[in-house]
Amino acid sequence: MSEAVISAKDLSLTFETNDGPVHALKDINLDINKGDFVSFIGPSGCGKTTFLRCMADLETPTGGTITVNGMSAAEARMKRAYGYVFQAAGLYPWRTIGGNIRLPLEIMGFNKSEQSKRVTDVLELVELAGFEKKFPWQLSGGMQQRASIARALAFDADILLMDEPFGALDEIVRDHLNEQLLQLWARTEKTIGFVTHSIPEAVFLSTKIVVMSPRPGRIADVIESTLPRDRTLDIRESQEFADIAHRVREGLRAGHAYD
Amino acid sequence: MNWLIYALIFWLASWALNVRIANSAPSRFKSILVPMLFGFSLLGLWEGLVSGFNISPILLPPPSMIAARFASSLPILWEDFVQTFVKGALSGYFIGCSAAFLTAIAIDRSDFLKRGLLPIGNFVAALPIIGMAPVLVMWFGFDWQSKAAVVVIMVFFPMLVNTVAGLSAKNEIQNDLMKTYGAGYWQSLLKLGLPAAMPFIFNGLKICTTLALIGAIVAEFFGSPIRGMGFRISTEVGRLSLDMVWAEITVAALAGSAFYGTMALIEKAVTFWHPSQRS
Repeated sequence: MSEAVISAKDLSLTFETNDGPVHALKDINLDINKGDFVSFIGPSGCGKTTFLRCMADLETPTGGTITVNGMSAAEARMKRAYGYVFQAAGLYPWRTIGGNIRLPLEIMGFNKSEQSKRVTDVLELVELAGFEKKFPWQLSGGMQQRASIARALAFDADILLMDEPFGALDEIVRDHLNEQLLQLWARTEKTIGFVTHSIPEAVFLSTKIVVMSPRPGRIADVIESTLPRDRTLDIRESQEFADIAHRVREGLRAGHAYD
Repeated sequence: MNWLIYALIFWLASWALNVRIANSAPSRFKSILVPMLFGFSLLGLWEGLVSGFNISPILLPPPSMIAARFASSLPILWEDFVQTFVKGALSGYFIGCSAAFLTAIAIDRSDFLKRGLLPIGNFVAALPIIGMAPVLVMWFGFDWQSKAAVVVIMVFFPMLVNTVAGLSAKNEIQNDLMKTYGAGYWQSLLKLGLPAAMPFIFNGLKICTTLALIGAIVAEFFGSPIRGMGFRISTEVGRLSLDMVWAEITVAALAGSAFYGTMALIEKAVTFWHPSQRS
């Protein structure tokens, strides 16, 4: 547990609304180690997305601390410590796929030849080579989401934060992308935070599964996966897989018993 | 009586022709030909009815008379066009739209300005232009400068409102993305805010083309040197030479359409990515 890349201590976040305060997160304690693939799973309203947004400094916690690479989340954001993949691709329609991937590189001041090299590299990584000149609206939803992953990978941050990136896609495409994501993770050795509401997806992808429960959002269970890092879709038929999935389901059920 | 029959035959013939063309295989040439033919048939009908019913040219001169007057007055029409359109309308349009654009960016940046400047913009837009024009002529003199000032007042608000709306058109994810890149204000504005605002900005620019022309012409009714489209229209009406008035109206219509068309073409090139422009 020496290399905690992301570390949350007593993290709380309360939104003040017209109907009174909403406790989105309450007393969250979690360490994410280097090279981990951590999934956050829970019913909607459990604060899993909010937690991820706290790591990314897109939300500001109202209590506790969170550090990313040993600095505050805000410092880490300004140092471009992570790539973020949103629920929707959010590609800029006036830019080509290549142009979209080049966007963070332009902002971060990479030179032109380095930009072109990286665009080509990450497009190959997500199997979109040859689509550089296409516009986002000319691509299918799955391809758009892959392009948005390429965009998050382009500047090669060590951390990848993904907020239900495949939530809007059908199961066949999703399986395929999950497998690709694992290969990508193995190749790049990044630390990945992954929000999902699918139990099979969480079990298949993760080395660590964080089960969350709602109102107030907190951690119900943390499961260290015993599955080997190197896995294929077939592993979903194994008994081990079923056991972990069962424990996740128990955790989710226990969380619900409170309200 | 003959004229009426000719007019009717001409109308029906061009109608029949248009129907035939419209029902045949479409092409680019035909898509231009059909509206042209429709325009000509309207002119033919106008010519025939005016002559057939012996309508006084003071009330409505026939197109042939307007065309003859147009052809024989080209130097005057050109001089008026330069005075009113190029000097008055275009410069006012440019100044007014740029000022509104910059104000919109300032408003978008600061909530304080939004609360202060939008009501002022609204107030300026509510000023009756007919009342303001003589005042502006007093301030800026008879020449084109006062016309440009009237145009500035007319185009400022529509351009401002459209640009402000455009600058808030970017969505949550696109905005968060800029934050995750640690982008600064100007980077965000140039790479996200402005491109996303372009469809709105061009709406404003298109609306303002016609407003600019109207403003420049009307402003000349309240004092101008002895040239300009508005000046010519008001004096020639006084001399009952309505053919000249119609010639000026023709120039205004052509200039206005060309101005609007140019902006629409630029819009098509800039906002090709917007769902309304994709083919």
